[in-house]
Amino acid sequence: MPTYHLHINGSQKEIETEADTPMLYVLRDYLELNGPKFGCGLSQCGSCTVLIDGKASTSCLLPISSIGEAKITTLEGLASHSGKLHAVQQAFVDEQAAQCGYCLNGMVMTAVGLLNTNPNPSESEIKNALEGNLCRCGAHTRIIQAIKTAAKNL
Amino acid sequence: MTAIPLRTRRKFLKDLGYISVGFSLLGACSGVEDPMMAERIAFEGPLPGSMGRAKNVNAWLQILEDGSIRVLSGKVELGQGIRTAIQQMAAEELDMDLEMVQVHLAETSVTPNEGYTGASASIQNSAMSVRYAAATARQELLGLASTKLNTPITDLLLYNGKVKSKQSKESLTFAELLEGVQIEREVILPLPIKDFREHRYVGKAIPRTDILDMVNGKAVYIQDLRFPGMVHARVVRPPGYSSQLISLDESGLRKEVSGVMKTVIKGSFVGVVTKREYQAIKAEQYLKNHSAWTATSTFPKPENLYAHIKMIATGPETVKNEGDVAAAFESAETLKATYSKPYIKHASLGPACGIALFDGEILHLWSHSQGIYPLREALATMLTIDANKIHIIGVPGAGCFGHSTADDAATDAAILALEYPGKHVRVQWSRHDEHSWDPYGPAMITTLEASLDKNNKINAWKTEVWTDSHSTRPNKDAGTVLAARYLDPPHRMKSRGYLGGGHRNGDPYYRIPNMTLNAHYYEGPFRTSSLRSLGSFTNIFALESFMDALAEKAGQDPLEFRLNHLEDDRAIEVIQKVKVLTGSQNILDGEGIGHAFMRYKNTDAYIAVAAKVAVDKDQGNIRLIKMWAAVDVGEVINLDGLTNQIEGGMIQAASWTLKEQVTFNTNKITSTDWANYPILRFPEVPDVEVAIIDRPNEEAKGAGEVPVPPTAAAIANAIYRACGKQVYDLPITPEKILKASSKMLHSHTNYSTPNHFVKAKNEPPLPASPLSKPPSPV
Repeated sequence: MPTYHLHINGSQKEIETEADTPMLYVLRDYLELNGPKFGCGLSQCGSCTVLIDGKASTSCLLPISSIGEAKITTLEGLASHSGKLHAVQQAFVDEQAAQCGYCLNGMVMTAVGLLNTNPNPSESEIKNALEGNLCRCGAHTRIIQAIKTAAKNL
Repeated sequence: MTAIPLRTRRKFLKDLGYISVGFSLLGACSGVEDPMMAERIAFEGPLPGSMGRAKNVNAWLQILEDGSIRVLSGKVELGQGIRTAIQQMAAEELDMDLEMVQVHLAETSVTPNEGYTGASASIQNSAMSVRYAAATARQELLGLASTKLNTPITDLLLYNGKVKSKQSKESLTFAELLEGVQIEREVILPLPIKDFREHRYVGKAIPRTDILDMVNGKAVYIQDLRFPGMVHARVVRPPGYSSQLISLDESGLRKEVSGVMKTVIKGSFVGVVTKREYQAIKAEQYLKNHSAWTATSTFPKPENLYAHIKMIATGPETVKNEGDVAAAFESAETLKATYSKPYIKHASLGPACGIALFDGEILHLWSHSQGIYPLREALATMLTIDANKIHIIGVPGAGCFGHSTADDAATDAAILALEYPGKHVRVQWSRHDEHSWDPYGPAMITTLEASLDKNNKINAWKTEVWTDSHSTRPNKDAGTVLAARYLDPPHRMKSRGYLGGGHRNGDPYYRIPNMTLNAHYYEGPFRTSSLRSLGSFTNIFALESFMDALAEKAGQDPLEFRLNHLEDDRAIEVIQKVKVLTGSQNILDGEGIGHAFMRYKNTDAYIAVAAKVAVDKDQGNIRLIKMWAAVDVGEVINLDGLTNQIEGGMIQAASWTLKEQVTFNTNKITSTDWANYPILRFPEVPDVEVAIIDRPNEEAKGAGEVPVPPTAAAIANAIYRACGKQVYDLPITPEKILKASSKMLHSHTNYSTPNHFVKAKNEPPLPASPLSKPPSPV
């Protein structure tokens, strides 16, 4: 089995696995990270979203062999070294922007990706950025509010 | 929020007139100053259903060494925030900081057997049981302290895990008072409980603490559990419900897929165990490609679904009959309409997961099942082992809104763990299987007929409901868990489950002198079970759409027409509240606001919903702009948790109303992922606004299901007001709007008789299925 050297959450990780193993399974099953969630395996729901070089991307169809030197950030890698939450994480807590919370990883990561390029998004820009992220509980309006709050506090 | 008087009619509470412990948060926390005493009032009953099986305090509540409290509840956390609500209840009655109360949810032989987490009953049962157990514990602790401190109870203070004498300032911790023994005392009525006016937690918007864990990526869900040496597994499900395995060639599996530990074949149940998760996915695909199965039973043609349902249904069974509807209809013109709803999925965002370990004696299971004790019974029957040899630990899962696939994944894991003992076996379902094998919310047809008297009030009403079972939840019948049906020999499901849910809210809450409710039950082609609000969703969509039609016939404002048929002040108040909320809205051309009302189950929470839409008349496109709800669930436990449930329920129901339906052809289910089972996405989500009417002196009722049923009718009524088109068959799509004729009462295109606002003597033709090919948009 080939070995891959990955940049994940600021550290170098060595993973030995089949070349077609999607990133999501590397993160959850090999690196034991809980942030990215399995929702569909079809890149349809956004639950598995991570940042690749700061840009939000689903990870469930992304083979490990395609990652190369890219820097991967998961939910676990957002807080500062001292443990201070990222503004988006804090805003989700403050706005109580979850019901079951299973989609929350994807919402937070996509929001961070959005704010990386657009620090002051309008409501419609937020909605469009989150189009690929499904929420079954209907926490949408709280999620939108959390992202607005995060943008203010960034 | 509407202010309500502090002292109104009390059904069950009377003032005991004595002062007990009260509380000043600041003083208690700093320890500098003793708290004030809060008034207690006598609760005289009734006790919640869950207490029937567990009356003793220690079944619900344990005192730990450090004086903190562990509360035991048989309910499961599925995003509804029940953990926080239960924590509030115990902390309130025992005057403790919230952090001193931990909540242990759902574990066999540890927590009480509370059946299922469902029916919006967790607050009514579990949280209330905890309130009364905590209040009883308080009495016991005060009694013990009185003896030990030689002080009358009236001179004692109980707060934050200790009891203190006001005079001597001497205090004893709960642990010191109990000396290692838990409180076994039964909860007996009347019982002093804290006066709601003194509440510091209950009724407040106490934040949930688990959201912090979620944003930090802590292991919150069953999918996040990892155990040393844990292996992964997938089950190769048959191509259809009744397919049986003919042959399986696994000879090349290990060459093709690495990490395969074991293949398990038991009848038509096929599972594969691997070292890594992605290997299990590849192995499942390999086995799927290398197996042969018998053909499955066929489904009706989608365009014939509703005709098929009527053909196979039995009945009618009269559920309710008041006055003389037949006689009233004889002498009056009646209005009649038929409404329908397709099969809808639970469509949880997290596909089911189950983990099992057989240690040689006990089968341990981790599951997001909504009923761990009933699941244990089903597994005991299926595996022919003693229920005491099965230990199930409830773990949160993604929101699933009814009986979905959690029990089935646990069953898969149980079967595989017995075949692969000594290791934790984790079974993760695929999206395809989650969408395909989910027990759907059944398709329904509701036909309504009514007549008005000379004062334009409803004189007679008849509801006919066609419904499949709304609960096939696990019980001692092993056929209730999916995998059992494919073992050798197979376990067929013996009962039909709960049929009564289909006619829930089929009888209007309005005052109508002559009323009949009939139900026709069918055993349909798809697996079905309970989905949020059961039959109420279809029935209230029908009833509240029909109320607008009747109001138009009566020449009245739809809300005034409803108020003219209501006598219950709480019902009137939610309608008036939602009217105020929407009163200042500007309505542009092509926009409309629609309303709907419901009292859930006709006995529980009250809700009025409004929806504002814009409809593009050329394309039929619907834009949902905003939704409002005014809600009265009685006593509010967690204000923000309640608001969150109502907001989310309206958005979910909007998705059902505008987008969702199970699709199929005669051979198979075709809506197997999110592309062909679309749900509401962010750009389509409306604003929502919720007003809660708190009635702390009224019994607390559940909220989870409450916002769902009236949402569909509010949207349908808004669409009618926006464009004059009434759609009778869900989901309401642009194609159906374009197809509908533009006159209310005559617009039901599914009828061949265009004008059914006549004395309806003959059964009208059946509605066309939503799946029939829509006309091309204009």
